[in-house]
Amino acid sequence: MEIVLAIMIGFLYAAGIYMILRRSLVKLILGIIILGNGANLLIFLLGRISKGRPPIIAGDLKVFAEAYADPIPQALILTAIVISFGLQSFAIILIKRVYKVVKTDDLDEMNAIDQDS
Amino acid sequence: MTNQLVIYPLLLQLFLSIFLMFAWRRISWQRVISIVGGFINIAVSIWLFAFIWNEGTHTVQAGNWAAPFGITFVADILSATLVLLTAISGLAVSVFSASSIVAARLKYGYFPIFHFLLLGLNGAFLTGDVFNLYVWFEIIIISSFVLITLGGEKAQLEGAVKYFTLNILASMIFLTAIAVLYGLTGSLNMADLSIKVAAIENRGLVEITGILFLIAFGIKAAVFPLYFWLPDSYHTPPSAVSAIFAGLLTKVGVYALIRFFTLIFVDNTFLQDTILVMAILTLISGGLGALVQNNLRKVFSYLIICHIGFMIIGLGLFTEMAIAGAIFYLIHDIVVKTNLFMVSGLIYRITGTNSIRSLGGLYAQYPMLSLLVAIPLFSLVGIPPLSGFWPKISLITAAFEGENWWVIGAILFASLITLVIIAKVWANVIWKEKLELPERLNFRYYEKLTNEGKMQLVAPIVFLSLVSLYIGFGAEHVQQLSSRVATELMDRQQYIEAVFKSSQTTKP
Amino acid sequence: MRTIILKTASSYLLPVLLIFSVFILLRGHYLPGGGFVGGLIASMAYVLHAFANGLSDTKNLLRFHPGFLMPIGLALAFVSGMAPLFLDLPFMTGLWYPGEIPVLGSIGSALFFDIGVYLVVVGVTLTIIFTIVDTI
Repeated sequence: MEIVLAIMIGFLYAAGIYMILRRSLVKLILGIIILGNGANLLIFLLGRISKGRPPIIAGDLKVFAEAYADPIPQALILTAIVISFGLQSFAIILIKRVYKVVKTDDLDEMNAIDQDS
Repeated sequence: MTNQLVIYPLLLQLFLSIFLMFAWRRISWQRVISIVGGFINIAVSIWLFAFIWNEGTHTVQAGNWAAPFGITFVADILSATLVLLTAISGLAVSVFSASSIVAARLKYGYFPIFHFLLLGLNGAFLTGDVFNLYVWFEIIIISSFVLITLGGEKAQLEGAVKYFTLNILASMIFLTAIAVLYGLTGSLNMADLSIKVAAIENRGLVEITGILFLIAFGIKAAVFPLYFWLPDSYHTPPSAVSAIFAGLLTKVGVYALIRFFTLIFVDNTFLQDTILVMAILTLISGGLGALVQNNLRKVFSYLIICHIGFMIIGLGLFTEMAIAGAIFYLIHDIVVKTNLFMVSGLIYRITGTNSIRSLGGLYAQYPMLSLLVAIPLFSLVGIPPLSGFWPKISLITAAFEGENWWVIGAILFASLITLVIIAKVWANVIWKEKLELPERLNFRYYEKLTNEGKMQLVAPIVFLSLVSLYIGFGAEHVQQLSSRVATELMDRQQYIEAVFKSSQTTKP
Repeated sequence: MRTIILKTASSYLLPVLLIFSVFILLRGHYLPGGGFVGGLIASMAYVLHAFANGLSDTKNLLRFHPGFLMPIGLALAFVSGMAPLFLDLPFMTGLWYPGEIPVLGSIGSALFFDIGVYLVVVGVTLTIIFTIVDTI
């Protein structure tokens, strides 16, 4: 399971960075989304995967009877997902505005700020 | 009452921003609330600072969860100082924005977002938890995205795309670094990490994690190979917005670097050498970049990059004196850079342009204002009694002791180049003959403003100039402060104990 | 998207989904669920309605701008986080009402915090989606 996830994460990072390096704005956003998913999976993997042992104490006990899954990575991933949800929706509105104002989605043609003023 | 003092600045900013959201459509109320809130914020921050100065590091365990498990808020002197400086710059910028930002932009929630940004800054300075730091960074960048795009002009949107992409990339790298660090240690509390990272046997992995953090914070702080987003975006939003960005946003990156590389990743010559090389190249490339620019705000943007080098170089040298110099420079730089961008905004209001070639004749027109402008400009260079001079002495002395000749060379080169640039700006903007510029229609020139509007533009510049004069002439106090911060930073045990001491949670 | 089936179904689904979102919100303390998920389900209900009947209908149904929910939710969350401060406990400490209340179970400041999150999520999500739909 770990090895599959590791390959998957490597693939997501590679794809995300490749997309960010493209010139199109839409691909840029897609790259950011893919990279974020890769980072979330990385937290999941490095927080040690354990199957079928939720961190919930049984009703009649005071402490954990056996080893349990670490809940923190999941809390971290959930927070990261919420944040990236906000960022991505902002990004989508931003590229729409940019496309309307600049009338291109080619990053190479966005050089109004480099002109001498 | 003082038990929870550490989080009062946070709660105040959150309260202000919620309160301002309720007054969404009443812009004149928002102005008043924001300015009054700024004054209260300064009072609270001074209270916090005095408390920490007398009582030492103080912590709050959010939710009453004991130290390595819950989220800890830690205020040591460095954090308290930075919170105080945030309050000072925040007040100056909220007064400045009251008249310099046009009402059309204020209508889209400028002030609530601005206070959200201050909330994020305070949170980042006060938190003692790595993941919580990430969350505060996200709050900062989300609010800065809104501020930078507010208005939606062409240049602004293009700048925003670059700012947005690089900052999100930095966040992703930060998240990756947190994942690796959590995998290595199983902890997120900085004090706990400080103990656990030192105990890891595989130093190679620690170095890689350190490098990941270095890149993530390096992008935020705009150090040498990672700064290209900054000069492309900082001059596009209104000058009040770039003032708060210039003063505080890059400094959060510097703060995070200082915190991480004095607390968690210590005693590693490879990382320190990397930081030192980056710092030297930052000083040189930032200075050279500023030399060729024509737009006033772009010149200042490159100077931000150049002067980040001074702070990072202190971290790279890693002696107590060098870090004291870096902290002193940080204090000086926050005030001066905020002020400089407000000055550029004032000049823009007066003349209607920011191009150095077309500017001129400011001294003939407004002699008193020109003298006022001289204070931040020459503080930046560090003409002896002014504030930029003293930290450089500490840095150079520290470099002499370590016999780092490259560092001394870079510091002297950057200081000289700053002097050349400021002389050029002074000669062209203030002393040169006035050039006839075409009058811009629908532009609120400075002379057309009411007296109140003029006051709102000039008063914050006077205020920050006074603060930077104090930093220059009261250098003894600031030096004392920064040496104490440096002593605290070098003594990690003190920080760790402060976090775990209070981990016996409060019983109701 | 304006088929008669979806239109009819959405008018029934809207209240069902809203009740379901409140259910998810309330069970969130010990079981999977909570303010964030509940808020997303509630906003999904309105988005579905907007897909079926058009955005202007949904706006009429809502009567107020969804963005207005943000400060209300934030204020609620802020107050429930602040409440422990008055008892000299750290920020965000959970305060619980002793004893159970029928249907709801045990009540504490965490529940009010979750309701605040719920309102903020509904406000933010609907504002974002309405803005995107408006600019198309």
